[in-house]
Amino acid sequence: MLIFTARRIAYTIPIMLGVSLVCFALVHISPGDPLVSILPPDASVELQEQLMAIYGFDRSYPEQFFRWLGRALQGDLGNSIATGRPVTSEVMNAVGNTLILAVTATIIGFTLGGLFGFVAGFFRDSWIDKLASTLAVVGVSVPHYWLGMVLVIIFSVELGWFPATGAGPGGSSQWAWDWEHMSHLVLPAVTMSVIPMGIVARTVRALVADILQQEFVTGLRAKGLLDRGVLAHVIKNAAPTALAVMGLQLGYLLGGSILIETVFSWPGTGFLLGQAIFQRDLPLLQGTILVLAMFFVILNLVVDVVQSALDPRLQRG
Amino acid sequence: MTQPLVEVSDLTVTFQGTPPVHAVNGVSFTLAQGEVLGILGESGSGKSVTLKTLLRLLPERRTRIGGKVAVEGRDVLALEGRALADHRGGVVSMIFQDPGLALDPVYTIGRQIAETVIRHEGVSRSTAMARALEMLELVRIPSAKRRLSNYPHEMSGGMRQRAMIALALACKPKLLLADEPTTALDATVQIQILLLLRELQREMGMGVIFVTHDIGVAVEVSDKLAVMYAGSFVETGSVAEIIRDARHPYSQGLLAANLVGAEPGALLKAIPGAPPALHAPPVGCAFAPRCELAGPRCGADPLPLWQARGDRWARCVAAAEAAVPSHAEP
Repeated sequence: MLIFTARRIAYTIPIMLGVSLVCFALVHISPGDPLVSILPPDASVELQEQLMAIYGFDRSYPEQFFRWLGRALQGDLGNSIATGRPVTSEVMNAVGNTLILAVTATIIGFTLGGLFGFVAGFFRDSWIDKLASTLAVVGVSVPHYWLGMVLVIIFSVELGWFPATGAGPGGSSQWAWDWEHMSHLVLPAVTMSVIPMGIVARTVRALVADILQQEFVTGLRAKGLLDRGVLAHVIKNAAPTALAVMGLQLGYLLGGSILIETVFSWPGTGFLLGQAIFQRDLPLLQGTILVLAMFFVILNLVVDVVQSALDPRLQRG
Repeated sequence: MTQPLVEVSDLTVTFQGTPPVHAVNGVSFTLAQGEVLGILGESGSGKSVTLKTLLRLLPERRTRIGGKVAVEGRDVLALEGRALADHRGGVVSMIFQDPGLALDPVYTIGRQIAETVIRHEGVSRSTAMARALEMLELVRIPSAKRRLSNYPHEMSGGMRQRAMIALALACKPKLLLADEPTTALDATVQIQILLLLRELQREMGMGVIFVTHDIGVAVEVSDKLAVMYAGSFVETGSVAEIIRDARHPYSQGLLAANLVGAEPGALLKAIPGAPPALHAPPVGCAFAPRCELAGPRCGADPLPLWQARGDRWARCVAAAEAAVPSHAEP
């Protein structure tokens, strides 16, 4: 197990290096000069070159990459072109907000999805199964920005139960665990939880139905286990695959949903990414993508390790 | 005579559906304490279904079971809930054809055995684990202590089947059901498992019902044999009686199609045709369409029975006529 974990960690180093290279390249491959947005249209060539030198755009690509990577490793992702503030603090602040939203949505989505899926799989073809499956399909299919707007109309505009936008009173982007802030969380979190709920429900349902068909379940009944004993076996067999799906979903959610965060003006990474794209803010874009990609890599690592702890067959190879 | 361990009379099993399948059609037999019955038949003859009925392992919703099944005088078909769970694994247990599929892949062997012991005897975890170790030693798994923490995929097929046997015997059942337990194994491993099973059966004095399509295997372990075709027993008798003096043409066909004792170079005599689809219970003799001796009288219902003793009989028109020459047709 230790060796497996160590090896799995070692694998992530080339992946991370590759990811950072892609992040770096992505921005330089895309058309358009990054300085256009901050230079006045009538800027002189000297000024242009001066700025190029300040931001390091005059050097060769490999040199730019290694300087950027070296600084990134020390936690310096440069300054935002649009605001001049350090990218690292901008991104970290947004990551914190997205984390709060994503984790809340995850808890809601996985709990409901797992529950629906489990019940549907266990009582396959009953009315409970049909209801849960319908909910799951609706969850996967409904456009979530649309759902977000509908929820805003019902619960903010009509009923006035929850605020429609922002992460706290007065547009504050500093999170606190009080009701003022938490009431801002409700609508975006519910909206965000719908897709993972549907996906997790469908996966778990298929898994449980498949496991119940397997001969070892007959074997468990043959040795006299009661329903709850059989249930424990089914859960442990379903857990590795369910976890992998959940890990991926959590990864997507951590990336922040540009659409949902924009609809609710939630100051997270998705919102930040949207801003960076519209303002052609290269350092900000690069830094945000890099941090998000690293999250994904680390999350996959954690899922792999947990999965293999649950299913010993995965440790081989 | 004391009460038999198993008493099955006129058992019928129908799987509902479109079309329905009449898998077992009127099976009756008894098994004494410590006796081994081999049920011989090809795939789809209903032998596994008969076995599973003794544990009520068939899907409840779409199965209709008729007749009577009693183990130690207790009506198995009437058991419900906890009483049924106590019956399973406690009084009657089962080993399956492929232990690679019948063991939970994500639980260690030790835990799977201990779990059964805890369930039936309510002992502590450490006592149950000690019993699991004892069982692995009993089925002669080398370095048993280390094997306790193995997962099924870390063992060979033969080891897994030994572990499965250890699991099945952990709560000292009165009756062991074996559903083709050696079919998935290599020939050399097969004979080891058979010898082990026979030895353990004698040691523990269990009754065993052993289902197989391999006549060589059936002969190796059984005291008496029942030949099954299309959901019914067509002939029963002691092993010697069936081997030397099979009366039913189907039993004779099975013996003739066997490698044991065949002349080198000679063609094996296969039974032509395939077993019937059991969408309706067969009328008369189900084997007649494949039988060389078939005649118009094979449609009789009920079929005449040739019987030498209580459990030495064959249900066949030709066998009955041959035994009573005056009734033979010209």
